[in-house]
Amino acid sequence: MSNLDAAFLALSDPTRRAILARLALREMTVTELVEPFEMSQPAISRHLKVLEDAGLIVKRVEGTKRPCRLAQDGIDCVERWLGALRSALERNYARLDEVLAEITHEKGKGMR
Amino acid sequence: MSKLNLTTEGDVHVVVTRRFAAPPEAVYRAHVEPELLQRWCLGPDGWTMPVCISDARPGGKIRFEWSDGKGRGFYLTGEYIALEPFSRIVHVERMHLPEPTPDNRVETRFEADGVGTLLVMRMTLPDAETRAAMLKTGMEHGMEASYARLEGML
Repeated sequence: MSNLDAAFLALSDPTRRAILARLALREMTVTELVEPFEMSQPAISRHLKVLEDAGLIVKRVEGTKRPCRLAQDGIDCVERWLGALRSALERNYARLDEVLAEITHEKGKGMR
Repeated sequence: MSKLNLTTEGDVHVVVTRRFAAPPEAVYRAHVEPELLQRWCLGPDGWTMPVCISDARPGGKIRFEWSDGKGRGFYLTGEYIALEPFSRIVHVERMHLPEPTPDNRVETRFEADGVGTLLVMRMTLPDAETRAAMLKTGMEHGMEASYARLEGML
């Protein structure tokens, strides 16, 4: 499984998306991350592992703590894929703009 | 600058919105009439759609075949489920690469927006894995070309 597949799979879970949203604010430890969820620390740790394996977050060592933060590379990767699909669609729709201009113009002239 | 918005929603949806400077009737027609679809629904520059079947009635068949003119190509098949001229289309589609991808159920809404139209296309994939694969496939099929082109324009 490529990193991108792993990233989209990681993003498919609402708890993991909520974790990412919180990490977008600042770096947090597992203890801090557990607080708003009705879940055990091991359950949150498992979600963090999925996010880490997908390259979406990174952990660092600080004494006995393991603060987590967003991994910009992983987030950028997902954004790039969405961006590519977006620009392909935009290409189609730019052509559609021209087709629409033509058919609405014809209609205006009573040619339909 | 871009008028297009593309987002994922929940586990299995992809939602695309785009405004057009034409009334819903025209945008709707451009989505179901073969001679109009063949002029815009093409992907990267240089590709054409030599075969376009769009039988716009419930249960009607959809078949789009694309070609790059150099022997490369792929096709899409589908069926219309519901049509409400000129406001809503529901259909299912799958790409053949050549193995068929899982069904993508697409609801397309055409909402009057001043003198124009707000298009809202909501795709529903069977599961998160399929959605991930679809987003990836969208790029692999020559989408790099249009991406590079866009970058060149910026």
